[in-house]
Amino acid sequence: MKGLIYLEDGSLFKGYGFGAPATNVGELVFNTSMSGYQEILTDPSYSGQVITMTYPLIGNYGINSSDMESDKIHAMGFIAKDISFEPSNAASEMNIDDWLKQQGIPGVYGVDTRKITKRIRKEGTVKCVISNEDLSVSRLREICNSTPLRGDWMKEAGTSEYIHIPGDGYRVAIMDFGVKGNIIESFKKRNCDIHIFPYGTSAEEMMSIHPHGIFLTNGPGDPAEATEAVEEIKKFIGEIPVFGICMGHQVLALALGGSTYKLKYGHRGGNHGVFDKDTGKSYITSQNHGYAVNGDSLIFRGMEMTHINLNDMTVEGMRHRTLPVFSVQFHPEASPGPQDTAYLFDKFITMMGSETNAKE
Amino acid sequence: MPKNSKLKKILIIGSGPIIVGQAAEFDYAGTQACKAIREEGIECVLVNSNPATIMTDKGIADTVYIEPLTEDALEKIIEKERPDGVLAGFGGQTGLNLAMELDEKGIFVKYGARLLGVNKDSIKKAEDREAFKELMLEIGEPIPQSTIATHMKECYDFIDEVGYPVIVRPAYTLGGTGGGIAENREELDVLAQRGMEASAIGQILLEKSVAGWKEIEYEVIRDAKDNCIIICSMENLDPVGIHTGDSIVVAPTQTLRDTEYQMLRNSAIRIIRSLGIEGGCNVQFALNPLTSEYIVIEVNPRVSRSSALASKAAGYPIAKIAAKIALGYSLDELSNYVTGQTSACFEPTLDYCVVKFPKFPFDKFVTASRTLGTQMQATGEVMTISRTFESALLKATAALEAKCDGIKIPYVENLSKEQLIPKLKKADDERIFAIARIYRENMMTPEEVHDMTGIDMWFLNKIKNITDMEARLREERLTPQLLREAEEMGLTESTILEASGVSKDVIQDMRIYHDIFPVYKMVDTCGGEFEALTPYYYSSYDDEDEARITDNDKILVVGSGPIRIGQGIEFDYSCVHGAWAINDMGLESIMINNNPETVSTDFDTSDKLYFEALHIDDVMNVLKKERPLGVILQFGGQTALNLTEPLYKRGINILGTEFKYVDLAEDREKFSDLLAELGIPAPKGVAVTEEDEAFRAAHSLGYPVMVRPSYVIGGRAMQVVFSDEELHKYMREAVSLSTEHPILIDKYIMGTEMEVDAIGDGEDILIPGIMEHVERTGVHSGDSIAVYPPFSLSDEIKAKMIDYTERISKALHIVGHVNIQYATDGSEVYVIEVNPRASRTVPILSKVTGVPMVELAVKTMLGKKLRDLGYGTGCYPEKEKYAVKVPVFSGAKLINTDIALGPEMKSTGEALGIDKDLDIALLKGFEGARTGMPLEGEIYVSVNEPNKSSETARIVKEYMEEGYSISASEGTAKFLNEEGIDAEMISIDDAPAVMGDRIRILINVANVGNRKGTRGLKLRRKAIEKGVTVITCMDTAEAFLRCIRIKKKGVEPEYEPV
Repeated sequence: MKGLIYLEDGSLFKGYGFGAPATNVGELVFNTSMSGYQEILTDPSYSGQVITMTYPLIGNYGINSSDMESDKIHAMGFIAKDISFEPSNAASEMNIDDWLKQQGIPGVYGVDTRKITKRIRKEGTVKCVISNEDLSVSRLREICNSTPLRGDWMKEAGTSEYIHIPGDGYRVAIMDFGVKGNIIESFKKRNCDIHIFPYGTSAEEMMSIHPHGIFLTNGPGDPAEATEAVEEIKKFIGEIPVFGICMGHQVLALALGGSTYKLKYGHRGGNHGVFDKDTGKSYITSQNHGYAVNGDSLIFRGMEMTHINLNDMTVEGMRHRTLPVFSVQFHPEASPGPQDTAYLFDKFITMMGSETNAKE
Repeated sequence: MPKNSKLKKILIIGSGPIIVGQAAEFDYAGTQACKAIREEGIECVLVNSNPATIMTDKGIADTVYIEPLTEDALEKIIEKERPDGVLAGFGGQTGLNLAMELDEKGIFVKYGARLLGVNKDSIKKAEDREAFKELMLEIGEPIPQSTIATHMKECYDFIDEVGYPVIVRPAYTLGGTGGGIAENREELDVLAQRGMEASAIGQILLEKSVAGWKEIEYEVIRDAKDNCIIICSMENLDPVGIHTGDSIVVAPTQTLRDTEYQMLRNSAIRIIRSLGIEGGCNVQFALNPLTSEYIVIEVNPRVSRSSALASKAAGYPIAKIAAKIALGYSLDELSNYVTGQTSACFEPTLDYCVVKFPKFPFDKFVTASRTLGTQMQATGEVMTISRTFESALLKATAALEAKCDGIKIPYVENLSKEQLIPKLKKADDERIFAIARIYRENMMTPEEVHDMTGIDMWFLNKIKNITDMEARLREERLTPQLLREAEEMGLTESTILEASGVSKDVIQDMRIYHDIFPVYKMVDTCGGEFEALTPYYYSSYDDEDEARITDNDKILVVGSGPIRIGQGIEFDYSCVHGAWAINDMGLESIMINNNPETVSTDFDTSDKLYFEALHIDDVMNVLKKERPLGVILQFGGQTALNLTEPLYKRGINILGTEFKYVDLAEDREKFSDLLAELGIPAPKGVAVTEEDEAFRAAHSLGYPVMVRPSYVIGGRAMQVVFSDEELHKYMREAVSLSTEHPILIDKYIMGTEMEVDAIGDGEDILIPGIMEHVERTGVHSGDSIAVYPPFSLSDEIKAKMIDYTERISKALHIVGHVNIQYATDGSEVYVIEVNPRASRTVPILSKVTGVPMVELAVKTMLGKKLRDLGYGTGCYPEKEKYAVKVPVFSGAKLINTDIALGPEMKSTGEALGIDKDLDIALLKGFEGARTGMPLEGEIYVSVNEPNKSSETARIVKEYMEEGYSISASEGTAKFLNEEGIDAEMISIDDAPAVMGDRIRILINVANVGNRKGTRGLKLRRKAIEKGVTVITCMDTAEAFLRCIRIKKKGVEPEYEPV
């Protein structure tokens, strides 16, 4: 099966197709993680994107039922240099080819993924068509031109209905932009009483459960398009402890009057060093974002930067100087990636605790 | 935390001579550390007894001491230099142990020096079994269940608790002798009994075996702020049970899910934190493939062989960063050397697959046990990089320079299933080739191979992909598409030719027309995420070529590949200096090599680095890309020199001595004609194919004669033969080795051996120095003690040698290096061998004489004349000090190998002793080589017939005068008694039992070394295992005696910088 990747600028990469015979349009991005392809593919934050793995050997340990970050693949397509059709791991239940077939997602392998990565690095992320249906170049061009990229994926990537996962600990109201499974797991591990609300839920409704804290999840798309959420978040601030991750961090910045911007090619991987101004220490983090908070926009809004990316000095975390509000751009829940910053969940728990005590 | 400004001067302890398990990686690490320190404006003092290293060069450290790594030497040097800090974590186990001893004695406190990067506590916790066990229990890290036993009851109790299999390790024996894995009661009884007997204290360690689990390694760095990063993870293709140094290792891990990877990552970080290491550390895990349960196998609290490999595999200079951390920096204050713009506080991500393949010395050590186990036996390794595992693996077997094509060894291809199965069950160095053979013949499925080997199915399937591709080439028409696929998978051209049956010119045309050539990809630490500056490349049959080709004039240096007996770190020294000299001449230097342990493969040694096999095809591909002015083949040992002919034939400009003269020097017959023409004597020799001829030749030359097969280089299977009987035996064995090639019989010149290194410019030559060997002719030059300048030669002999060297160099139009070995019987000088390349002694002579030999060689190759280069011509004036090279053997590491001196080289490294006084220089040499020097006790003597001489009697008498008592084997005792020496007879069969306990020194001159099953070998092995000082040549015994005398006199050597 032929596999094709057509870029908006007219360039074409020819390889072999795998997964479902399909044609999809998406934003072409790359991820530098060497393991964790299953978590990446099921991370809702990749909605609307075609993922190129920079590590060339993918599918080695197969697919299993426990490494899911959501119930399905969210990415539009998947690209690797080489695929293992015969995976090896005790947990493996099927190979990546069959899994993509099952999920209806097209994959391409046997292309120069480093060339694709360098193209993205130099020119920025780009719209692309991924197809293993043997389409002509003119047909691919047509599909590319007629399919606009969307920025509002966060409105549908999360749950469509309210979910309650009971727990004995603090009650956390989650605004879901496409939450990763391990964020929920992280709260579960800390005995939280978890209430997940779909995108668009009003602040009032969320507050009606009398949460100890509000959590803003990760999610796909351009934070500037999450206007409804931004308006609701404004109502929480100052009322209750708020913690945001990734998209949650970005919309929080917007709600506070800050601004966000699109990075040339984002951060996607598990190896970026982030400096924590509070502890003076640095951590290796799991990253997946195409947008970032404008650091200058935080000044005078009562906010301060707490975390900085050591590679490009972009904002990786912030907090309010006086209010119980903080957020990070990276992923303390990892999955995949280093688990060095899981302490942030504890920080949120502590914050909920001290706020509750103060109120009582 | 910025640099500690109190540090003005730092002392680095090196790792000493190269032995198995402690090789060139510490030259690489130490050199990086020196650079990192000097970059900061801090003065750097280095102590190392290994002269073949780059680190002991002028210009690497500010002050270099080539002195023995002993407490005494170090204390005196510290007293004199007064460093503020000491770095011991870059000198391997030797450096660490020494630092611990010095610390124990309070030397650092006394002189106000701080131990940097490591502390006593962390070392003790990491290295002491009990302390480590306690710490792991404390932080909740799983370790294998173990117990100490002194009788069988304890063993059985332990088995009741944990079950089989268990690993049995005798306490306090060298090289794991007597240990093994017991699968059942019978095996346990045998191993435990044997282990208790082998142990000096009758004690064994029993450990629950995790053989068959995945072996995973992590390289971790931690700074004083407690920031921790993983530089590289590695997965051993061979499951637990084989030393990682002997395993095929792949980076990054391939078969671990992210959760498994992160579980072990967390553990590695917890461990380095609990040990409080500031710098680099290596953690080894065993991971149960079925349950994901793991245990911590081992921790190295310092940079190691694995960290050198990880540095090259990931492009992250671990030693350099570790040194910066030791100076006080934190990771987030340092930048990534490769990108130049991003932070050093990140974790490298690879967009390629790395394979490390060990290089074993079993071609030299025919008596060695080839079975692989927990004791490392590889002398070196190759590393290759590619975009697929299959291709990286095949590149590695090409880089090995072994008798294999791809994963095919002719000898293994002839084995039956019954013969192959033992290789699978008990791994030896040929296991992977056996697997390929099994696949080729469909003898077993990958699943069946997995059941026997425990190798992960992922690797076994990938190996199957390779043999399937071979089958496709055999069965299908060779289309451009198939050719491309075969190339992408890494099949060598010779495999493709052989399997497809298509001719080379057709394939060549297909390549040209369809553009099927490799491109070069960059190693950049970040998977392409950031722009990188490092010119560090590997080949790949992929789409985009990244090699940035400049318009500069450039020179390519071909490296020396993996370290092996006879071709060690010395050649890397020349390659590195070659690259530097090329830069000095204003040209661009390009290095091609594949040894991850070395300085030459550091990405900032040359302007550009190609990490490739040194096969002609790979070298040609790089040449095609770079189109340099010329290629230098003189530095990379025989590996590079062997490329002279194929490159010459392809019209490549080879710098230095022309091919026809290289050929003349290498071709025995042509060369002996040339010598005859020049009127220069050489030992008379004859080539024979039958035994009768051999006798006739030997009789006409007169015994003793030197015999060797014609087809090998480097002294393999060479022997001095004294009688018809021995010759008969040799012919029988050697001829069965090879019927097509003649046996060469030379007159053996009994006397002294010398070697001369020279540089020629086509007209003049410069001889920086002459070295005289302590051991008489017949001992391989690599294994003999060599002294600069000559200590016993007459001026007449020296003059003759100089004259011959000049005439030979002129006749061969030598441009660049030449090394000539001579022998003298006291009156005449004979030429034994000419090597038109840099030799093992180049680094020694360069350092001792101050003549920058490699630099001069490069300059002459580029057309400069010696007379304009400032060091004159002819023989350089002798220095007023002696330099003594003492070889070091890895006998304790290499099970069942022989260390008896002979014409075949067996040493793995060397130490240098330098002093104004010859005896003190000798002493320093022996001490540097870590030769045990018992000053009293009993010596056991057993010498062969030719050595039952008055000279031997005199030497033994002199030992007695120094207070030693003597015992001897039957024949030797009889001889000594006749000479009036009181020597107790202990039969050679009983002698092994008294080694160590009673005997402290063994003087044993063998009839023939390196032969299985001899009583002498048994004796020498036992002595090595018991830590007895073993001397196998009377000349060595005499030199050793001189040291003993100095030592007994209490002469205190002085230690001076070079």
